[in-house]
Amino acid sequence: MKNLYLLALFFLTLVACSDRTPTNVETGTENQILHIGNGDEPRELDPQLSTGSVESNIHKALYEGLTTRHPKTLEVLPGLAESWQISDDGKTYTFSLRTGALWSNGDPIVASDIAWSWQRSLMPKLASEWAYMKYYIKGAEAFNLSKTTDFSEVGIRVIDKHTIEVVLENPIDYFLQLLAHPSYYPVHPPTILAHGDMDQAISKWTRPENWVGNGPFTLETWSINKAIETKKNEQYWDSENVKLNGIHFYPITDQQAEVRAFRTGQIHLTYTPQLAIEKVAHYRENKPEKIRITPTYATYFYEFNTTKAPFDNALVRRAFALAIDRKAIVETITKAGEKPAYNLVPDDPNNYSPKQLFEYDPEEAKKLLAEAGYPDGANFPTVEILYNTQDNHRKVALAVQQMLAKNLNVQVSLLNQEWKVYLNSKRNLEHDIARAGWIADYLDPSNFLSILGSISGNNDTGWKNQQYDDIIAELKKTTNKQERHVLFDRANALLIEEMPVIPVYMYSDVNLVLPEVKGWYDNVMHLHPYQRVYLEKGSK
Amino acid sequence: MLGFIFKRVLAAIPVLFLVILITFVLVRLAPGGPFDEERNVPPQVLENLNKRYHLDDPIHVQFFDYLGNLLQGDFGPSYKYPNRSVTEIISSGVPVTMELGFYALIFAVFAGSLAGIFAALKPNSWRDYTPMSIAMIGICVPSFVMGPILVLIFGIWLNWLPVAGWGYAAYDKIIPTITLGATYAAYVARLTRGGMLEVLSQDYIRTARAKGLPEWKVILFHALRGGIAPVVAFLGPAAAGLLSGSFVVETIFQIPGIGRFFLQAAFNRDYTMILGTTVFFAGLIISFNLITDIVTVWLNPKLRKDAFEK
Repeated sequence: MKNLYLLALFFLTLVACSDRTPTNVETGTENQILHIGNGDEPRELDPQLSTGSVESNIHKALYEGLTTRHPKTLEVLPGLAESWQISDDGKTYTFSLRTGALWSNGDPIVASDIAWSWQRSLMPKLASEWAYMKYYIKGAEAFNLSKTTDFSEVGIRVIDKHTIEVVLENPIDYFLQLLAHPSYYPVHPPTILAHGDMDQAISKWTRPENWVGNGPFTLETWSINKAIETKKNEQYWDSENVKLNGIHFYPITDQQAEVRAFRTGQIHLTYTPQLAIEKVAHYRENKPEKIRITPTYATYFYEFNTTKAPFDNALVRRAFALAIDRKAIVETITKAGEKPAYNLVPDDPNNYSPKQLFEYDPEEAKKLLAEAGYPDGANFPTVEILYNTQDNHRKVALAVQQMLAKNLNVQVSLLNQEWKVYLNSKRNLEHDIARAGWIADYLDPSNFLSILGSISGNNDTGWKNQQYDDIIAELKKTTNKQERHVLFDRANALLIEEMPVIPVYMYSDVNLVLPEVKGWYDNVMHLHPYQRVYLEKGSK
Repeated sequence: MLGFIFKRVLAAIPVLFLVILITFVLVRLAPGGPFDEERNVPPQVLENLNKRYHLDDPIHVQFFDYLGNLLQGDFGPSYKYPNRSVTEIISSGVPVTMELGFYALIFAVFAGSLAGIFAALKPNSWRDYTPMSIAMIGICVPSFVMGPILVLIFGIWLNWLPVAGWGYAAYDKIIPTITLGATYAAYVARLTRGGMLEVLSQDYIRTARAKGLPEWKVILFHALRGGIAPVVAFLGPAAAGLLSGSFVVETIFQIPGIGRFFLQAAFNRDYTMILGTTVFFAGLIISFNLITDIVTVWLNPKLRKDAFEK
């Protein structure tokens, strides 16, 4: 009998809970507060010290660079800088700052704040992992690498209170894009100096009680592993056009938990560009209005270790590349709108899309392998595909393994390693073939092409080619669009001939976004300026 | 008794030292460092990063520096979260993990002992088999399966309870508590049943019944004290297990506890964080075992005598 009472009590408690409070999404949409699932706890909120997309997503709310991007077209728009002039040689940029622009504490933003911020990000002791983004500026690399300690040798000069001049090492036509990147965001000098030295990395200035910024939102609370809450910044120069009253970021690390949070109305959207393959299929079929699939400027590829046999032979590398059926991979395995890739550089419909120079051709692949001395795969050693532990990578590797066995009669084994071990193996060239991916920082093919330069720190293939290095060097000096496209073509052709990497597919971002979220456009850079986002109830 | 406690505390020091030494060496043997990322940083920048955290010092210097700081209660800065110290991160997460663990323990003890007593009263009948079968399922189903199932039923289908967070919405602590406590409740149920069955066959229970005491008094005042002894011995390791093993539940339900950092630190090669959390949990486990030993000795007159004589 006693147990019956207990049982009744248990159910009563549960029924009592059914009188539920409104969800985040319901109250958020009502009050223009956007709730975002943001993947992980950010390392830092100092834009000069963090490198990941988790941090960038928050930085874009808290800071603003000299330029911003159009949410739909990605066209460069004036941000903190009202206008700019570019010299005829394309090397000198002169920016006029907005006169009314203020920091969130009410201080005016002046040109010396920008120069100070950029100097700070290049200070060797600060050891910013994003400092290389400023190496395009004259003398910046030498200063960052302690070859000079005199900042006046760096091409950054304050002309007057509202004018700043930047001199580049080489003319690059994507410099204005870079200025919208978080690594170029300004920071408030007095706040940083109040909590430590200019080049002190360990500092408390980004705590909500100390923080000062210049973005459309201000930092209100930062509870570790719980949430970061921001509020509309009334001091922001364009605040009258900002419709959201705040954005809350939640560090949800587990993919499944993120989907559950979305389903139960705790977040308006999932920001991290990954979703389990099964979930993608479910949403595409049942709730297509809530899933956004966007091709991105990023490539998934396999890297060969070209320093040892059998992959020191370009014929073998080409044979492998031709024996992989990319269409089958994207259509039957990844299934999230990825496009087969035949070049390291992804397509960019607005600018440059590389030509396809080869296709899936098992017969030709066999011939190439025979030519390399392995007719029908005879005497070919067993090679290994290395990938970091993740289910999607494993599925792709399994497919590639089968395709190679079927088309070339070669034995391939699979090896998965935990992330840091995998990075280490790749860097020390301990692999035969390794899975890799690259996401662009800015829209330009050089972003991808420079990976394979012989001095590049990201070249994990051991491949060195003088002709290729010359093209990369020439690209740095060329601003003419036609000439650049010719150079891109030459670099691509060389990569296909030599095949140090096998392009597999162009990534796509998959996000869950409620139809209430307006002003959230899909674009290849996965950029969503919050200034233009708003929430509208009951809309489809 | 004091001598016994003192001896046990003394014995804990070399254990902790070994834990620190082994962890310190092992994390450095793991391939990859705290600053390895997909994009390589220039070697000079890496050098400066290592300098910032004194990772360029010889390893024995690093070890003794670490020990020195630890003695002053300083776990060092986190490599992954440069503006937070490990001490700060641990102290932000521990109260949450403790609260979760505490609720789970309460749930485990209450639900478990009720089921255990219930089963022990009519052994080998349906009243015994039903709770014991449920307990067996509870032991076998891991929390990463149990959690999503509870979420699916109570959060998504019935829409009764929130599915993530801790202290955000009303009742959001119920599902995580049950998920974490279920396995332990099941153990407690089996231990209580075993303990009760043994005690109920003792002579003094027969005496109590012969005196004409009502059955509920016999169970609650006479049998339970002895019957629950195996559960008490289990509580120490259970409490430590609940705290150090909560990372799965914390991840499933987005609970800002220390468990997630414990796990993530290893993936990030955040050396100071790995050491900090490991030392913290080692200390916790040692203390809980110590408390359990003391309580066990106190509950059992025979052991109490031994401890006093030593």
